[in-house]
Amino acid sequence: MKIGTPKETYTGERRVAMTPDSAIALQKLGHTCVVETGAGQEAGFLDADYKAAGVEVVKTAAALWKAADVVAKVRAPDATEMKRLREGQTLISFFSPVADEAKMQSAAKKGATVVAMEMIPRISRAQKMDALSSMANIAGYRAVIEAGNNFGRFFTGQITAAGKVPPAKVLVVGAGVAGLAAIGTSTSLGAITYAFDVRPEVAEQVESMGAEFVYLDFEEEQTDGAATGGYASVSSPEFREAQLAKFRELAPEVDIVITTALIPNREAPELWTEDMVAAMKPGSVIVDLAAEKGGNCKLTVADEKIVTDNGVTIIGYTDFPSRMATQASSLYATNIRHLMTDLTPEKDGVINHNMEDDMIRGATIAHAEEVTFPPPPPKVAAIAAKPKKEAAKELTPEEKRAAETAAFQTQTKNQVILLAVGAAVVLGIGMIPGMPASFMQHFIVFVLSVFIGFQVIWNVAHSLHTPLMAVTNAISSIIILGALIQIGSTSALITLLGGLGIFMASVNIFGGFLVTRRMLAMFQKS
Amino acid sequence: MENAFTIAAYVVAAILFILSLGGLSGQESAKRAVWYGIVGMAIAVLATLIGPGSGLWLASLVLIGGGAAVGYQLATKVEMTQMPELVAIMHSLVGLAAVFVGFNADLMINYIDGIYQAEGMVLGSVAEDGLTVIGLPKEDYEGLSAFGQLIAKKSGVEIGILRVELVLGIWIGAVTFTGSVIAYAKLAGGSSLLPFQVDTSAKKLPGGHYLNAAAAGLSLLLTFIYLGSGGTFTLVLLTLLGLFIGYHLIMGIGGADMPVVVSMLNSYSGWAAAAIGFSLGNDLLIVVGALVGSSGAILSYIMCKAMNRSFVSVILGGFGGPAGEQMAVEGEQVAIDADGVATALNEADSVVIIPGYGMAVAQAQQGVAELTRKLRAKGKTVRFAIHPVAGRLPGHMNVLLAEAKVPYDIVLEMDEINDDFPDTDVAIVIGSNDIVNPAAQDDPNSPIAGMPVLECWKAKQVFVSKRGQGTGYSGIENPLFFKDNTRMFYGDAKASIDTLLPLID
Repeated sequence: MKIGTPKETYTGERRVAMTPDSAIALQKLGHTCVVETGAGQEAGFLDADYKAAGVEVVKTAAALWKAADVVAKVRAPDATEMKRLREGQTLISFFSPVADEAKMQSAAKKGATVVAMEMIPRISRAQKMDALSSMANIAGYRAVIEAGNNFGRFFTGQITAAGKVPPAKVLVVGAGVAGLAAIGTSTSLGAITYAFDVRPEVAEQVESMGAEFVYLDFEEEQTDGAATGGYASVSSPEFREAQLAKFRELAPEVDIVITTALIPNREAPELWTEDMVAAMKPGSVIVDLAAEKGGNCKLTVADEKIVTDNGVTIIGYTDFPSRMATQASSLYATNIRHLMTDLTPEKDGVINHNMEDDMIRGATIAHAEEVTFPPPPPKVAAIAAKPKKEAAKELTPEEKRAAETAAFQTQTKNQVILLAVGAAVVLGIGMIPGMPASFMQHFIVFVLSVFIGFQVIWNVAHSLHTPLMAVTNAISSIIILGALIQIGSTSALITLLGGLGIFMASVNIFGGFLVTRRMLAMFQKS
Repeated sequence: MENAFTIAAYVVAAILFILSLGGLSGQESAKRAVWYGIVGMAIAVLATLIGPGSGLWLASLVLIGGGAAVGYQLATKVEMTQMPELVAIMHSLVGLAAVFVGFNADLMINYIDGIYQAEGMVLGSVAEDGLTVIGLPKEDYEGLSAFGQLIAKKSGVEIGILRVELVLGIWIGAVTFTGSVIAYAKLAGGSSLLPFQVDTSAKKLPGGHYLNAAAAGLSLLLTFIYLGSGGTFTLVLLTLLGLFIGYHLIMGIGGADMPVVVSMLNSYSGWAAAAIGFSLGNDLLIVVGALVGSSGAILSYIMCKAMNRSFVSVILGGFGGPAGEQMAVEGEQVAIDADGVATALNEADSVVIIPGYGMAVAQAQQGVAELTRKLRAKGKTVRFAIHPVAGRLPGHMNVLLAEAKVPYDIVLEMDEINDDFPDTDVAIVIGSNDIVNPAAQDDPNSPIAGMPVLECWKAKQVFVSKRGQGTGYSGIENPLFFKDNTRMFYGDAKASIDTLLPLID
């Protein structure tokens, strides 16, 4: 198959979907590659580089579209490109099935196959071709750099001979890939970074990047991001209010705000209102990564940098990845290359568009003259899905009752058996002919005491087993009573042995109780 | 003897003893419970002293005072780490006292018998009605001590039962005595104050169980001979046999099983007291003996359950041989220095410390407590995981940590904390080995297979503070040390913790 990459036609787009490196890798899969002349110019890849990598360079876009079986590009095709798309051809690019629905329909009608890069499902296996993530990573990094470029102070706090510099405070709203990248960049530059996200489960990720998660005092059960494929979903009005109140509180403090809140296939939610902008210090910077979808701040002007009356700079660029074209192109080209690897399982240059494969099915929006969007839910759960906490299996009341009854029955059975055996033994001893009643009286006392002992000891706390042993040790020297009774005997030997018994038992009494008290005195609460 | 006041006092004492044991269900109530025990003991001793029948009460008081002085010395001087030894050696005293009291009873029977014979009468003979015992002439009877009078009133059957009881008391007392001495020697190891040294591992003496069984059989035979003849010599022989069994039995049990042994001996000393109580007709002795006996038995049972071993197999000596080829351990032990441990601790949010006997030996509990305070001051979650058989005495670790002023609400039992290990950043194993051995779960042929263990290897990182590469008390290789997330922090536990402390900021 021949894979071709045209020069991007979108104004200001500097990225390219194939680099000389990715071309070499694609050729190893058995494909041949072709690029339009000057396709990689803006990203720093010259035609000569492509040629050196064994890529054919054609003069015009028309020639490329004609030559290529698979067209890989960055931006969604424009009208001209749509006309050039032909039956049996595969187009791989960013392609929003919602915004570009008409194009999707026409591509399907033509019999072309369209693989939309933003539709790559968020499953572990597909991470290597997740262009949204790789581009968001760049955007997050670049957002901080742009902010720093327009911010008049250091990020890091310093105490120098020329005076003290306070650290910059950065607030990142939305801790997706872009948000996390921004947090990482910001903290590594030394700024104090706060981050907020509607999904509380990302707090751990935020904290792992070195930022402080801004928690809301909000009771409502928040939707688990896992349920929506790892993306944020629309929040309730009450929640929004709580969130805005928190932002209002933070606005006068923070120097740089980076908003990255996007909800798939929707206009960006307004999170940074005009009054918050007004409350910010002059010289502060807002970078709105959601500018393309209307912006998280309503003052944002897409693709422009504006300065408000109170001196706050609002950056609304939508082309952050494109501003780092070389890096973005190599990452994007690698994503495409991984996608091609999955499409060419035999590595023989033959594309096998396997619609049974979760990843390929999910990303394909037009195939075999049909629109194949939206895809069925993937068989594998989204990567963000954290394993649901093993909820202790809720037993139904009946089951519970049945279990309890069963436990109760076995308990009763055990107890009855024990009692029966015990009673039989005691009665048996009592039936021994000639057994004196005086013995039986003592015996009853003995049996009752054993019984009490068993009842009492089960409740002793495990941590107190050593004190228990010391106490029982001390009180077992009750044997002293026997010695005390005997010592008054007329026989000298008895008196001697009794005396020794008294002495040893009293060592034990005092030693045992003292040690116990020493031990117990040490137990204390924090 | 049969004095209403004494008996009433005994009832009060018995109730106080029961409350004392019951109060040990919680740390706070335990402090009160000890006082119940002390008061109970004081009442019992005083009631006996002022009650009829006890002569020489001045001498008794002096002896009690002497015992008190020794006991005070022992209890205040002892290091908390030596608690198991102390408890063991004190059991031996109870055992010995039981032997003495038992012998006294026998001597008294013979003495009374002598008086009867001098009068031309037979001890224990019964009048025509079959109930009333033919007593001694009044003047002879009055001349006897209270205990003597008690015996003099007994019928022949009662004398027989009395002899059975005192044989039991002496025999159990003798077993307890030597058993406790050996247990002490094993627990104390090198620091034993005894003139001889004892190998701490399970040592099979020639003859093994057969010898024990033979000794027990012989004891039974001698009991019958004694009941028939009443010769004191047979009683001495019986005592010697008991002493031998105590020695031989405990020698065969390894040091790792000592917690069970100590609590079992505790139980024995109780049964001995109860048996003596029967022979003296003293209900308080019976009550307390039974309480102590049952409590020791339950404790042993609880511990055996914690180790997933049958009580019988522990008592009959050590671990059984391995059932088959044990799994070979792969990988190598990776060492780490204090800096590495400190870095990990500084970064960790939640830390679980698993102390074992090694901590007690190295006296490292103060350092560990200091480490805990430092980490907690930094807002980290620090908890202790205590295995039911950690150390050499049940609850040993709790006592040591309490001594070092570690708050007891962060000291958790195995069941409470085992589920939390996957969420733990760092687990520190200090001087424990078998209780964190994954082979108990993974290797059906391991000698400790099926024993519940602390699943510390599920933590993100595990540090093991250990003296060297040797195996633990039970001599089993521990696969934990070879795991990828395990780092070995070699050295004496105290020295290791002390080098670590300044590095925690």
